[in-house]
This record gives sequence, structure tokens and C-alpha cells, in this order.
Amino acid sequence: MAGEAPLIEFRKVTKIYGQGEAEVRALDGASFTIKTGEFVAIMGPSGSGKSTAMNLIGCLDRPSSGEYLFHGVPVASLDRNQRALLRRNYLGFVFQGYNLLARRSALENVELPLIYKGIGRAERKQRAFEALSKVGLKGREHHTPSELSGGQQQRVAIARALIANPDVILADEPTGNLDTKMSREIMQLLCDLNDNEGMTIIMVTHEEDMAEYAHRLIWMVDGKVERDGKPSGGGGKR
Amino acid sequence: MIWETIRLAVQAIFRNTMRSVLTVLGIVIGVAAVIAMVTVGEGSSSQVTADVEKLGTNIVMIMPGGMEQGPRTQSVAEAFKLKDVEAIIDQIGSVDTAAPYAQTSMTAIYGPESTTTQVVGTDNRYLDAVDWPLVMGRAFLNTEETSGRPVCIIGETVRQNLFGNTNPIGETIRLSSLTCEVVGLLEAKGASSFGTDQDDVVGLPIKTFQRRISGSSDVAMIFVAVQDGKSTDRVMGEIKALMRERRRISEGEEDDFTVMDMKQIAEMLSGITDVLTGLLSAVAAVSLLVGGIGIMNIMLVSVTERTREIGIRLAVGAQSSQVLMQFLVEAIVLSVIGGLIGIILGLVLAIFASNMMAIPFAPNPAVVGGAFLFSAVVGVVFGYFPARRAARLDPIEALRHQ
Ligand SMILES: Nc1ncnc2c1ncn2[C@@H]1O[C@H](COP(=O)(O)OP(=O)(O)OP(=O)(O)O)[C@@H](O)[C@H]1O
Ligand SMILES: [Mg+2]
Repeated sequence: MAGEAPLIEFRKVTKIYGQGEAEVRALDGASFTIKTGEFVAIMGPSGSGKSTAMNLIGCLDRPSSGEYLFHGVPVASLDRNQRALLRRNYLGFVFQGYNLLARRSALENVELPLIYKGIGRAERKQRAFEALSKVGLKGREHHTPSELSGGQQQRVAIARALIANPDVILADEPTGNLDTKMSREIMQLLCDLNDNEGMTIIMVTHEEDMAEYAHRLIWMVDGKVERDGKPSGGGGKR
Repeated sequence: MIWETIRLAVQAIFRNTMRSVLTVLGIVIGVAAVIAMVTVGEGSSSQVTADVEKLGTNIVMIMPGGMEQGPRTQSVAEAFKLKDVEAIIDQIGSVDTAAPYAQTSMTAIYGPESTTTQVVGTDNRYLDAVDWPLVMGRAFLNTEETSGRPVCIIGETVRQNLFGNTNPIGETIRLSSLTCEVVGLLEAKGASSFGTDQDDVVGLPIKTFQRRISGSSDVAMIFVAVQDGKSTDRVMGEIKALMRERRRISEGEEDDFTVMDMKQIAEMLSGITDVLTGLLSAVAAVSLLVGGIGIMNIMLVSVTERTREIGIRLAVGAQSSQVLMQFLVEAIVLSVIGGLIGIILGLVLAIFASNMMAIPFAPNPAVVGGAFLFSAVVGVVFGYFPARRAARLDPIEALRHQ
């Protein structure tokens, strides 16, 4: 998987939901490449296909047409199990709707990826505690999502995404429910992971402010990449 | 990883305790029924064996009618006579004694009291053969036996029914048209393994029985006591040869009579209990099946309810096989818990039943182990389909599920 191939490459990727009258082109021939170590923000109007693109990048879904290469490997050629392994070993998700296990504590939610990596209980617990304290949730380890605020739930989701040290973190509006101060802290955390651990960060956001933390901004409209370049402020927040 | 999966399954099961309890009820009832049935069945089998042994392993019984031709031939085959009894005693070595035996059901009357009982025609040698002592009065006198006097010996139950606790010796009871004097009271024996009351009996000299009750000189059965330490098999062979000769059965023809020792009778009787146990267990097994379907049903509901959870697990890197295992293990743990509860319940039921039926409590480890394994298998079989459904979910669809 080494070599010169970029980490992520979309070649004219189209994703169509529904059929006939109800057909929706969530992605419509989107092409871009993302290299290892980049911090990319994806912006665009609601319904422009950002989450759809994230799901495809995350190998949760497959394109209707076009090609998606991960480390140069066409994901379409991988079977269900190989895609699961790819998610397990390379990818960390922060979903738009958090997607936490409702009746599990924050700690149990965060340790989930490590269970499937086959890591022992003691180490799991310890790493989950660390991850939670990184996102500022020390002391909330045993609360269930319903006992946490929206922002806190979002941070649990972030802790879960980064706990397994993935190559890529896919964050769909990770600061959507956070106040400015917390948002900054989270962005700082993502920047640290990007700078110090070399993690590639791909983040969907609606806020120009947050996009300023990225190296690069992909602007999507109607399932197409409309603009791809430096954030308007030049990424000055780094 | 497997411990992790089991821990997870136990958590999931106890999260919805009420539903889990209802789900495993079928398994619990099925397993409990099988365990109770088999345990009680084996207890009564061993009781039969013990009873027969108490009766004496040295007893051989001879009846008219061939084993092979079925019981119908019993009426067709020529009956035995008293002369056959004497012939056995005279001509076969290793025989301690032999006694005739005939029996019918009648009403015995004493004053205003009456009771339906078994009236047996025999002689003192029978009491010797089966080792049945008297507790009051005396046995038949020689003259009473040879001339068929109207005297009788009664069992404890008949005494209770007719005389209460008073002394019956010397009193007269009526059996249909026969009035006879009670000369002896037998020691109480209690119920036989089939619940028949062995003490509900009135014994008459065989000649009295033939003349006044049956009106024929037939003997329904001959009891032979083999000398201690001598092989019943050899004596049985000799009896067969003697009877064939006396009944003029030519070579190649089948016996028209049956010679059995207590061992064979015990086998026959426990054969009957085995068949009964088997039948009832089959019914119980059906309820296990129904229990399995119940588990499948609830697991399917559970998979639907937990679709989002499955999506999340898939998203963080769970493989299909791991999701499959999670739900399969949950079904197995559920049915195994049901099995364990069923085993305990079944054994408790068996203890109660054994106490009530006065038979030994005989739990069979193989059956208990088998029931446990079977409940696990039910979990695998009926858990597989829902688990596979969970494992095949599409991650994105599952995450979108509300
Ligand atoms: N499973 C689906 N079935 C049908 N249509 C879908 C499905 N998922 C997404 N869509 C449609 O695809 C389009 C893109 O959706 P997507 O969720 O990618 O938008 P988005 O850019 O993430 O929007 P937002 O900023 O509101 O999160 C929308 O028009 C949406 O209605
Ligand atoms: Mg979205």
C-alpha cells in the first residue's frame, strides 16, 4: 500500500439514491485527491453531498459509478470483510449525528473500536480514559449519552474516532453543536493530531471559521466539486 | 474475544430481563419436563428391579400360552393342572419348592363391611417360595389343603377394610357363595412398583379355589423356587423340557407355555416404563422445539431494534462474522440459561415426584448433560438465522435506521 499513490483518490465518483422519479444524485462526478498528512475541510450547502462523500471515503458505502482508490487500491474490488478491516485499521469516524450506543457509558462507547482490534480489557479502559480526557470529558466516563449534552456527546464521538490511532479521521461537522471556545479546543486537538501524529483529517463544516484550521478547502455544490484550494483566509488559523 | 462476546451477550440479556425470561420459558419447560420425566422413569425402573429382587431372584414362573404367539394363545393353550406342580417338584433337581397359583377379583364381605379384593388360590408352598411370613394365626393345615376346606389367609389391607384393627382370626368372611374362616394374617408388604397394593389379597387353598370359585381344575400359573446358588437358567431349561414332554409337543413345534424368571420379568416391566418415559420425553422435546422458535422470534425482534447498534459496530470495524457471533452467542447464552434453569427445575420436580411415589431419586448425569447440550444446540440452530440477518446488514442503511 506504499508507493506514490495518494491516500485518497476520487475519480468521477457518482452516487445515486433512489430510482426513476425519486432519483437523487447525491454525488455527481466528484473528483479529488487527498494526500497523507493533509487537513482538508469540505464545505457546501446542505444537501450538496458532503456526508455522502464522507461515507464513501469511509468505505461504508460504494459509488454508483466512478472509482475510489484508497492507497491506490480500488475500494470496489474489496469485499465486505476487507472493507471492515480497512475501517478498523485506517479510519476513524465522527458522524454528523454522533451515532453513539445509547445505553452504553461514554467509556464503553469510546473503547468500542479497540474491542474489534482485539485489545485487552485493561488497556482498552486505560486508552479510553485517556481519549476522553483529551476531549475534556474527564469525570464523565460513566455517563450514558442521554446524560450528556449535545456537545459532550460530540466529544465522545471524537474520542471514539481517535482512540485507535487511525491514519485518517473523517469528521462530519465535529463542532456543529459546540460553543466557540469548545470548538476551538476541538480544532486544536485535530490540528495536534494532524501535526504531531501525522493523521490525515477530513472534516465537513458549515463554519468558515473552522475551515480556517485546514490546509485546504473543497467546496461542493450539487454533488460536484466547485472549488478546491486554500481556505479563504489562507488557512491562517494554523 | 470470546469472553468479550459472552459478556456482551449477558449484558444484552439482562438489559431486558422480563423479555428474556419470557423468551426462555419454552426451553425451561421443555428441559424441565424431559429431566423430570426421565429421572422419575429411571427411578421407577430401578424400583421395579429392587422389588423383583426382594421377591426373590430365585423365582421362576410358568404360564400357559407361548411368548411368541402373543397373549391371545393363553386361553387357547391347555391350562396347567396340579399334577404339573407335583411333577416339577418330583422330577427336577435344584428345585426348592413349587406352588400353584390362580387368581380372580371378588368382593369380600364381613358383616356390614365389604371390599373388592384379589382372591388367590394357592398353598403354603407359595408363601415359602416368595418368603411371605404370617404375623397372626397360622398357615393352611395339610388336611385343609388336600380336602379344600373353606379357610383363608388375608392381607393387611383386607383386614383394615373389613375388621379395622380388631383381631380377624377365627372370624368368617363371605366370598360370593363361599363362607370361609380367617386362619391367618399376612405381614404387610406395601405397594408394588406399579402402585398395586400387594396386601389387598385373600388366599385360599387351591382346591377350595378350584371347587368353589373357578369351578375348574386349572392352575393359571406355577411358581417355582430354585435352590439358593443354583442357576435359574438351567432349571428353566429343564422345566421347559419336562413340560414339552408332558404336553406332548413334538420336535420343531413351538412351546405353548412360557417360563420366565424374575430377571426377565423385571426387564419386561422396566421395558414398559422405558417406553412410557420415551413417549413423554418426545412430547417434552416438542416443547423444546417450540421454545427454540420462541428464541428465534425474539432474536429477530432484537436484531431489528438494534439495527443502529449493528451499524455503529460495523462502522468502527466489526466484521460480519463478529456481528454474527455476537447475536449467535446471545441466542446460545439465552437458551443455555434456559436449559440450566430447566435442569434445576426438572430435578426439583423429580425429587418431589420420587418422594410422592416412594421411588428412589435417580438423576442420570448423561441425561442432564444431554439436555444441557441440546439447549445449546437449540440456541445455535434458532439463533443462526437472526444472527445472519444482523451480519448481513448494510452499514449505511443500518446507521440510518431509526
Ligand atoms: N439514503 C439516501 N436515500 C436517498 N437520498 C439520500 C440518501 N442519503 C442522502 N440522500 C440525498 O443525497 C443528497 C446529499 O445528501 P448528504 O447527506 O450527502 O448532504 P450533506 O451535504 O451532508 O448535507 P448536510 O449539510 O445537510 O449534512 C441529499 O439531497 C439527500 O437528500
Ligand atoms: Mg451531512
